[in-house]
Parts: sequence; C-alpha cells; structure tokens
Amino acid sequence: MQAIGPNPFLFIGAVLFVCGVVCMTTKRNGIGVLMGVELVLNGANLNFITFSRFTPLGLDGQVFSLFVIVLAAAEAAVALAIALNFYNNHLTIDVDRGDDLHG
Amino acid sequence: MDTLLAANSLAEYLQTNGVPFFGPLDESTAMIFAAVVHVALVGAWFGLPAGLFIWAERKISGRIQDRLGPTRCGGKFGWLQSLADGIKLIQKEDLVPKDADGLMFRLAPYIVVVASFVGYIALPFSDGWAAMTLDVGLFLTLAVLSLEVLGVILAGYSSGSKWALFGAMREGAQMVSYEIPMAICALCPIVTAGTLNLNEVALLQSGGAWNWNILHPFNFFAFFVYFTCATASCKRAPFDLAEAESELVAGFLTEYSGFRWSLFFLAEYASMFLVSGLAVVLFLGGWDDGFGIITAIKTAFPDGLGNFIANVIGLKVFLVKSSILVCVQIWVRWTLPRLRIDQVMTTCLKYLIPISCFLFAGTVAYPLVLAKMFGQTSIIGAPAGERLVQPREVPGSTSLESNGINPAGVQVSTASAERSQP
Amino acid sequence: MSTAEFILFWLFAALTCGGAIAVCVSQNVVRMAFSLVLTLGSTAVLFLLLGADFVGATQLLVYVGGTLVLIVFGVMLTATGPFTRIKSSAADGILSGLIGVVFLFIVASTVTSVDWDGGEGVAHKIAFGTHGKAVESGFNPTQQGNTTRQLGLSFLSLRPDRDLNLGAQPASSKVPNTAPVVPGAPATGMPGVTSPSEPKLSTGYLLPFEIVSVHLLVVLVGAAYLARTKRRTKS
Repeated sequence: MQAIGPNPFLFIGAVLFVCGVVCMTTKRNGIGVLMGVELVLNGANLNFITFSRFTPLGLDGQVFSLFVIVLAAAEAAVALAIALNFYNNHLTIDVDRGDDLHG
Repeated sequence: MDTLLAANSLAEYLQTNGVPFFGPLDESTAMIFAAVVHVALVGAWFGLPAGLFIWAERKISGRIQDRLGPTRCGGKFGWLQSLADGIKLIQKEDLVPKDADGLMFRLAPYIVVVASFVGYIALPFSDGWAAMTLDVGLFLTLAVLSLEVLGVILAGYSSGSKWALFGAMREGAQMVSYEIPMAICALCPIVTAGTLNLNEVALLQSGGAWNWNILHPFNFFAFFVYFTCATASCKRAPFDLAEAESELVAGFLTEYSGFRWSLFFLAEYASMFLVSGLAVVLFLGGWDDGFGIITAIKTAFPDGLGNFIANVIGLKVFLVKSSILVCVQIWVRWTLPRLRIDQVMTTCLKYLIPISCFLFAGTVAYPLVLAKMFGQTSIIGAPAGERLVQPREVPGSTSLESNGINPAGVQVSTASAERSQP
Repeated sequence: MSTAEFILFWLFAALTCGGAIAVCVSQNVVRMAFSLVLTLGSTAVLFLLLGADFVGATQLLVYVGGTLVLIVFGVMLTATGPFTRIKSSAADGILSGLIGVVFLFIVASTVTSVDWDGGEGVAHKIAFGTHGKAVESGFNPTQQGNTTRQLGLSFLSLRPDRDLNLGAQPASSKVPNTAPVVPGAPATGMPGVTSPSEPKLSTGYLLPFEIVSVHLLVVLVGAAYLARTKRRTKS
C-alpha cells in the first residue's frame, strides 16, 4: 500500500479554506459567516500540522495550530457576543440589515 | 503510525500463528480482524453495564423506598428486567414529531452514544488493557466526553418542542459549566503523576493503598469535587434538571420514545461507568488491590500466565471499585432532593470552580513546599518517581521517569548526537 | 502504513470535505452547525493520523466541545422561527459556487505542484518511519504521537529539540537540510539550532503563551460585557 504524502492533506486544507471563503461571502446569516471563518482557520491548521509532520518545521507547526485554536475560540466568543447584540437591536442576524452607518 | 491500536498484538499473533483452516493471515486482514474483535469487546462493555446498572438502580431505589423493586422477570431478583425493558422499547413505534427537524432528531441520540462510547478507548481496565494507551489519554477522554453536550442540545432543538428546548438549554449550560471544575480536578492527580497517560497514572499508584492518589491531601478533596462534577455531567440527580418532571416534562427527552430514548439511557449509564472508572484510575489506584498482592504476583511472574492472571485479578478489582462508585451515584440520586437550576449553576460557578482552582494550585505547590521543608516530596507512600516496580520495555517507548524534564532533554540530545554523526 | 490507516484516512478526508461543502450549501443554520461538527471532528482525526495527538485532542475539546456549542447556543438565541433560514438568492449561490470551484482549482494546483519531497522522497521517510531512530520522550512510539511533553516544555520556554541539543555539532557546519526529521526532533541545519557554547535566547513560546492567556481573560470579560442583558430603551 502506498504511503500518503503531504499532498492529500494539503488538498483537504485547500477544500476547507475555499469552502470557508465561499461560506463567508455568501451567507447572510451572521452566524453562518462565523462558521466560514472557523472553516478557514481549520484549513490553515491542517496545513500547519501537515508541514509539521512532513517538513523540518517540526514542533513549531503544532504550537502554531494550538495558538490558532485558542484564538479562534476567543474570536468566536466575541463574534457571538456581537451577533447577540446585533440581534437585540435589529431582531435579526441578517448581516445585510447592518447598514445603519450607510449614510 | 504503525501501531494504531493495541489490537496489534492480536494482529501479530494472527499473522504468525494463523487461524485454524486458513493458515497465517496477511497483515491487513489480521489487523481488520483484530480491530473487529476489540470493537466487539469494548462494545459489549458499553452495553453490559447499562443493563446491569439499570437493574441495580431499580433494585437499590426500591430498597431505599422500602419496596422490592423488580421481582418477576428472570427468577427471584428480577435480573432480566433490563432485557425485558430493552425488548419492549425496541418494539415501540419510532415516532418523529411533525414539527421536528427529522434528520437532526434521528441523529442526536447517535452523537450522544458515540461520544460516551469513544470515551472508553483510553480507559485502562488493567495494566495495559486499554484499547489505546495514549499519551494524551485523559485529555482525549475529557474532550470526547464534552461532545455529549452537542447531542443533547441538538436533541432538544430539533424536537421542535418548548419543553425539549428549555431542557436542552439547561442541560447544555449545566454540562458545559461542570466540565470546567471536573477537568481541573482531574488534572490534580495528573500533576502528581506527571503524565496524561491513564495507564501510567494507575501504574504509579500500584503497590498498595498507601500509594493511591486519594491519600495526597489535595487530591483527597479533588476527588470529591471531581465526583460531584462527574455526577452533574452525567445528568444524574441531584443535578438532573433536564428531567425535572414537575417543570419540564422530560427535558430534551420529551419527544423521544422507543429505541432512540433507550439509546440516551444506554449512553447515560455508560458515561456513569466511564466517569467512575476515570475516578478509580485517577484517585483510587486503578486496578491496584490495596495490599500489594497484584504487584507481588507481577514481580514474581514478570510475564506469561502469572502476569496474565494478575491482570485478570486487577480487572476484577477495577470493575468492583468502579461499580461501587456507580452505586454511590445511584444512592445519591434516590436520597437527595433535586436542586433548582440557579442553585445548580451557583454551586458550579461560585463554589466548585474556585475550590478546584485552589486545589490545583495546592497540588502543584505541595511537593515543592514539602521538598523545601522536609527534603522529600510525599508524606504517605513513596514519592511518585520511586514507585515504579518494573519499568516496562515496551518497544518504541522509554522507561518511565516521573520528573519528565531531564529525560526528555537527555534523550533528545543523545538522539541528535547520533543523528549528527553520519 | 497499513490498509486500516489508508481506509481511515480516506474515510475522514471524505467526511471533512463533505462536511465543509455541506456547510456552504445548506441554508438551515442548525444543519450548518452540525456539518461543521462533522468537519471539525474529522479534522481532529486527521490530526491524530498525522501524529499530532495533543493538537487533535485540543481540537476536539476546544473547537468541537467548546466553540461549536457556543455557536449552537448563538443559533438558538438568535433564531426567530423554529428552524430559521435566511436564504441567499440562487444566482448568488451559483456564481459563488463557480468562483469557489475556480479558486479551489487554483489553490489546489498550486499546492500540489510543489514537490515537498525535495526530489528525494524525504517526506515519506520523515512521516512513516523508515528512518532509523525517532526521538522518544513519551510513552508511545513517535509515529503514534507523543508530542505532549515537548509541547508542554515549549510553552514553558524550553525546547528539547532546539535548546538542549547538548551533543550536537556546532551550527557552523554545513549540514544539508535533508535529514529525516520527526515532529519535535532536532532540526539539524536549521537556523536557530545552537550549540551550547553559543548563548542564545530560548526559542520557546513562554511569552506568546502568557499573552494568549491574558488575551483569553480579556475576551472573557469583553464577551460577557457585550452580551449582557441590557434594559431596553423606550423607542
């Protein structure tokens, strides 16, 4: 059985990244946008881990992905707080409705 | 990742010795066969305690309330009651409410079951008798246990019912909150042992009851906090707010019936046993019998049949200890009144979290203070680093050193020295 | 590399990609959240397959057990109908799908066109243990993932692979960077590898670790402040 090289992992990372970007741009639900961000961060994480395994990046890749995970959790908490606030003011989380500063 | 599972030993046996009529198997077939055997073993253990403890709960609660409990089914003690219940539940119609989100509603029980099932993979039943002896054993187990809450929330939300939604929100908030003190208290014996590998944690406590972590002053209190939080995270009384019949019908279970409902209960009893088993491994010496008998047998017979018999005795000791803890949970459920939801959250956030943080800090500081004052790192029992009876030679792993910092550095440096001499 | 792992890899690769696509396609927020659970959980298994056991477990604990529960709570608190859906138009969906496919093609072809093996099959040697000696500092074989101690030490600003290579050659010797390296192994010939005679700042992560801790505290306070219930002004 042939060994799996870095390329399949990197391809999965690319799929996660692209799906995240598409999700961020198309979703009108604020929390959907947040999920897109999580997908993008995960694609990046997968690349970090892949390179930590397959290249001399070593431990640094794993450390970086740990930081990414922690910061993503923090980001999600703040983003959700903002979404809740937005919902309190607008009674929806449709991001297209957030045009109060539109002039 | 050549050794993905502990099943490899069985796989190797099948490869070399083969099976009757077929001869030696090739690598992948042997591996798949061994994996199936292991999954069946763990799966049986997932279903067995549920049936057993449901019957035990009925009997114990009956006795506590001055009743007899089940008596008819399967002889004098009604010990087939769980089986009869199971058959009854499977026969029932699989109802999905009209307003429910069908797919999510059907999936939610499986998430809960998978979460508490996967939690078993790192739990050592006896020395080395775990599906995977992972270096991140405890961490992974806690992580997997935290997935259970997702299933609960999905179940409540997808039911399309107010009762279920309220129950799920309460349950989710409660489980997420109680995870924190539970994890911190589970880390106290980890700090004492110096490893996250559950097998090693239990091995460090072998040799007698004086080596058990519960005799460590901070771990002693951590055990009780851990057990309280474990009870809460299993949704057991006095923390079973989700199932508060008088206010919420049956919480997130309101719309479930038949087999899916029984899956939630299987998962509940399985995770009761899992958290009790974790408590035993972390605080109560794992498979150690408390008098050093198993350790003596193991020292006398380092391998072969004697070692195997010692492991079997250890397995029984472990099961007895865990079952006692499960029975304590049942006992607590039928004797204590239920807390209100605000009392549940206050208990966790205002009391248990600060207490567990203090205990964690204390566990970290304790050996340092002792070493400074008395020159040794423990009062009762030998210091963790001197306890090891037999440093095992597992291929690919090193002998255990409790003070992790030095060996890592030295080994790395030797490896790099070898590397840099081409 | 056994067949079992091969099957596991492709199974979870398919689950990861399928979940990610389902997040994009689905219009129902709760189903999106569930697909995200699937994706992130499968990614955690991929991390485990890559030998990053600690990161995989963290992914499960923090991401799936923490962040996603938070998101699902957010969905429940902001849903106006029972199973809320805020639809994008079909034209938007088709257009973004097309752009996404093109984008994926660009990214994937770029990534896969690079020869990460360096022409000598180094990557395979690194990852699947045909090299001689692995660094052993856990109880598991390296291929199974035993990164916990090294990660912990690096957060305490001590790098067993960088700071403590006591017997290493001086950094001045020109070692070609093709030696097989496992995660956490001393990276010979890398910049930052020092000999003990050459005093140098540690390459650990104590400062970032502390910054992240304080950051988390700030986020905790900030999120609680933002999401607190306010008295609604009469308007």
